[in-house]
Amino acid sequence: MASATLPLLRRNRVASSVIPGFGPTLGFTLFYLSLIVLLPLAALLLKAAGTTFEQWGRILGDPRILSALWLSFGGAFAAALINAVFGLLVAWVLVRYPFPGRRIVDAMVDLPFALPTAVAGIALTALYAPNGWLGKLLTPLGITVAFTPLGVVVAMVFIGLPFVVRTVEPVLQDIDLELEEAAASLGADRLQTFFRVILPAIAPSLLTGFSLALARAVGEYGSVIFIAGNLPGISEIAPLLIITKLEQYDYVGATAIAAVMLTISFALLLAVNLLQKWRRARMGGRG
Amino acid sequence: MNNQAIREPALVRWTLTILALAFLALFLALPLMAVLVEAFAKGWNAYLRALSTDVTLSSIRLTLIVAAISVPLNIAFGLSASWAIAKFDFGGKSLLISLIELPFSVSPVISGLIYVLLFGLQGLLGPWLVENDLRVIFAVPGIVLATIFVTFPFVARELIPLMEEQGREEEEAALTLGASGLRTFWLVTLPNVRWGLFYGVLLCNARAMGEFGAVSVVSGHIRGLTNTMPLHVEILYNEYDFVGAFAVASLLALLALVTLAAKTALEWWHRDELVATGH
Repeated sequence: MASATLPLLRRNRVASSVIPGFGPTLGFTLFYLSLIVLLPLAALLLKAAGTTFEQWGRILGDPRILSALWLSFGGAFAAALINAVFGLLVAWVLVRYPFPGRRIVDAMVDLPFALPTAVAGIALTALYAPNGWLGKLLTPLGITVAFTPLGVVVAMVFIGLPFVVRTVEPVLQDIDLELEEAAASLGADRLQTFFRVILPAIAPSLLTGFSLALARAVGEYGSVIFIAGNLPGISEIAPLLIITKLEQYDYVGATAIAAVMLTISFALLLAVNLLQKWRRARMGGRG
Repeated sequence: MNNQAIREPALVRWTLTILALAFLALFLALPLMAVLVEAFAKGWNAYLRALSTDVTLSSIRLTLIVAAISVPLNIAFGLSASWAIAKFDFGGKSLLISLIELPFSVSPVISGLIYVLLFGLQGLLGPWLVENDLRVIFAVPGIVLATIFVTFPFVARELIPLMEEQGREEEEAALTLGASGLRTFWLVTLPNVRWGLFYGVLLCNARAMGEFGAVSVVSGHIRGLTNTMPLHVEILYNEYDFVGAFAVASLLALLALVTLAAKTALEWWHRDELVATGH
């Protein structure tokens, strides 16, 4: 893959500098990117494109596949909503209310990024199983978390937790307090100031955090499968079904589910990006 | 924040703080505690015995080998991509950056699946691999490939914005004064980005050692041969060897805590030399 064959990536001749190494570094970058990411993904698309109409009909008409996709996307949506509310709350408290140990708590927010998903999975299951610390308290109330769709959502909340906090926190730190003082001196109470002044300012970052948490939870596997119990049609997520299909040597089925997941995920991320762009344009660049 | 007009009443402040901390305790502190309590449920001896079995030791060895191959490759890629993108002007840069970040939005299971479709028995290159007696899937090369894929963007995404921010003047000065390209890189660029590089490597390594979904698809779960630590946790857990599963899990949790501590220390002491990228 010589860079010279790609006019798109040809070096701008006007601003040539004394710095060497453009060819080798860009060449290696494109080679490695193609080898590891682009070609294997293309193989998936190629395989999906080879799926016949009839096969698609069978796959998209399979209630087990549909309910797995529904659980992965619906559960991820619910978890991302919970994270939007509590992530905003955590970010608000971390930025606005000093309390002892705040820096340690702030650092711990990243735990779901650092903790291997299988570890999170068995830990959550130990907590929420009927005889676990939390399961024991919830069972008398008639709430079962482990081995139900609710357990799937709990694992997805865990895995998406840092996204909203980390995207909202810096924006909250940068809010001009004078705006809030102005609102107060014009007679707004705190709640009005929050909804009319603060929330609009952090809304774009909240939406970004929400969509990142959503995208992460849709594809999540390790932290979910232990607590889910994986009952087909009830608590079986789409990524697990891909693995099941692979184990049955049903490559067409596995590829089709993967292609549907990738398409919906990318469409969602694209929609959020366009929404942000549209919003920025409407606000005249002030958003 | 001394202005009373923009302060919430103490009761509201306390309620919100307690709510936020309760949420974090429920989702962060309790799972972490559960790992330790379960690992030591039968005492120190049972814990140490669980960690010293042959299969556990071989899973630790494989995890270290996989990280030792995939992390340096991603460092080489991150350095070369950030050099090309930050030090030169060319079209299609933002497309290239989006493609580099692509693996973050792909499900880990799909990250494994793509290599099965390429190198598996029914895969595109499958027949050729069989003819030449090579194994990728259900073997170490597949595990390494899947790990490289899921950790692909970590180093590059720290270095690209950092190098872009630092500009080109220092390199141009060194080069005009007669230093060679490589010497400039070693003595000027690398020292300038060392903390950002370390930060990216830290996150890359944590994910490489902890990856589960992608590796699970390509590993084949052969005991003592293709089981990494996270996969070994799953096997022990499914065999109801809870002390064993949580003992191995406690090592991975320790790795996570060390990573977080190092990351936080970097953010405190070298904030100016890192670019805030969110996480």
